[in-house]
Amino acid sequence: MKPETQNLKPETQNLKPETRNPKLETRFGYFYKVLAIVSKDITAELRTKEMMSAMFVFSLLVIFIFNFAFDLRAENASTLAPGVLWVAIAFAGMLGLGRSFIIERDRGSLEGLLLAPVDRSAIYFGKFIGNVLFIATVEIVILPLFIVFFNLSIVIIPALVGVVILGTIGFAGVGTLFSAMVIHTRARDVLLPILLFPVIVPVLLSAVRLTAGIIDGLPLADVQNWLTLLIAFDLIFMAIAFILFEHVVEE
Amino acid sequence: MTAPTTSTKTGDAWGYALTTLSAVMILGALYLAFMYAAEASNLGTQVERYAQRIMYFHVGVAWIGFFAFFVTFVAGVMYLIKRTFFWDNLGHSSVEIGLTFMTMVLITGSIWARPTWNTWWTWSPRLTISAVGWLMYIGYLMLRGAIDNPARRARFAAVYGMVAFLSVPINFLAIRWWRDIHPTVIGSTSSEASGGFDMSSDMRTTLLFSIAAFTVFYATLLYHRMRLGKTAHEVETLKQQVLYN
Repeated sequence: MKPETQNLKPETQNLKPETRNPKLETRFGYFYKVLAIVSKDITAELRTKEMMSAMFVFSLLVIFIFNFAFDLRAENASTLAPGVLWVAIAFAGMLGLGRSFIIERDRGSLEGLLLAPVDRSAIYFGKFIGNVLFIATVEIVILPLFIVFFNLSIVIIPALVGVVILGTIGFAGVGTLFSAMVIHTRARDVLLPILLFPVIVPVLLSAVRLTAGIIDGLPLADVQNWLTLLIAFDLIFMAIAFILFEHVVEE
Repeated sequence: MTAPTTSTKTGDAWGYALTTLSAVMILGALYLAFMYAAEASNLGTQVERYAQRIMYFHVGVAWIGFFAFFVTFVAGVMYLIKRTFFWDNLGHSSVEIGLTFMTMVLITGSIWARPTWNTWWTWSPRLTISAVGWLMYIGYLMLRGAIDNPARRARFAAVYGMVAFLSVPINFLAIRWWRDIHPTVIGSTSSEASGGFDMSSDMRTTLLFSIAAFTVFYATLLYHRMRLGKTAHEVETLKQQVLYN
């Protein structure tokens, strides 16, 4: 036992000057802390890959199930495709959001996270950015497959990526807040979609409209108000969630 | 914990007064809606003209359906500042009443829509936002029901009540852009095609009176529900004392 502790001590001391840059920390202190939480989540996810692989397979399955249920063909793609894509994204995103805080609780690391000497809002932003990264990455991988299944043009991918990221920010903004709430309930992640879907109706509506506009090749001016609405929702609800988060995690 | 104070005589007097007042006002609103208000002469069939009278109650109920949500929002803000049982009780009571009224909105709306639009349900913005609001109320109650710790339950309910209420305007805007056939009843002549009409002064009086009647009715229900909540809270506290002391 003794030699081990002796070995550990100098190691941690050696690590400190390298990983912690005091100059950077004071200058970008807040962002530094947010990034620390994001990188912790990325590391944890890359080790198991359980959340992203589940979301990926699930959203593929949703597209398949829609195909069985509605007989999807290339001819009716522009009317049905946006809906199929966003149902897949919303359901898969719900899986990811549900895991976000549940894994912290199950591994007993939630208390550690809350005890960390950072502002509670830094935890919110860290978790939020992590969620957006995971969900958006999975969706962006799904997009080419979606294009293939509906026989759409590949040139629309960049625009779709933009809409997907904006939409993901929209529902992850409130979703991260609710995700931190539902871990303390008996129903846990069953409750998350029930709480979240009514609130994010505007995100789904505008994202579906924007996606349809992109598929139909409409000019930006035709869907401008939907884009404005989506960005406004993202900003407003990020701010609300940011303010309310500390009331959710206090204890 | 002091002795329960809810069943004092002043409390009872308020309860009786409010209950009596709302009974009189609801009966008055019924009389006005069926006897006093003129028929909507521009509507085509007899059934349509008769169904139109449900509007007086429908609008009054709908107003409370959304107003109750606003009360919950205010209660949520106040709870997070003050942390007292009163504000939690207010928010919870208001949601329960609001859910009942929102259910009535959906039912009365469907009864009216059947003869007028020839369908029970259509995805018009106000119907959709009412349905979404109804789901939010359900979510609020399910959230409360799933949390055991009272302080945490109050906190989370306050947070959810605030987020849900704040999403209603942007939700409504989005759904409105999505599609709209609901009649804009007041101050619009172009809405006749979708079942709207201009209101004469007797119709306006009836509508305003029934809105006032439902507001008093809401206050009455809120008063009784909050007393019930307070009593339940006191019983719970006494039970804890007996069990753990």
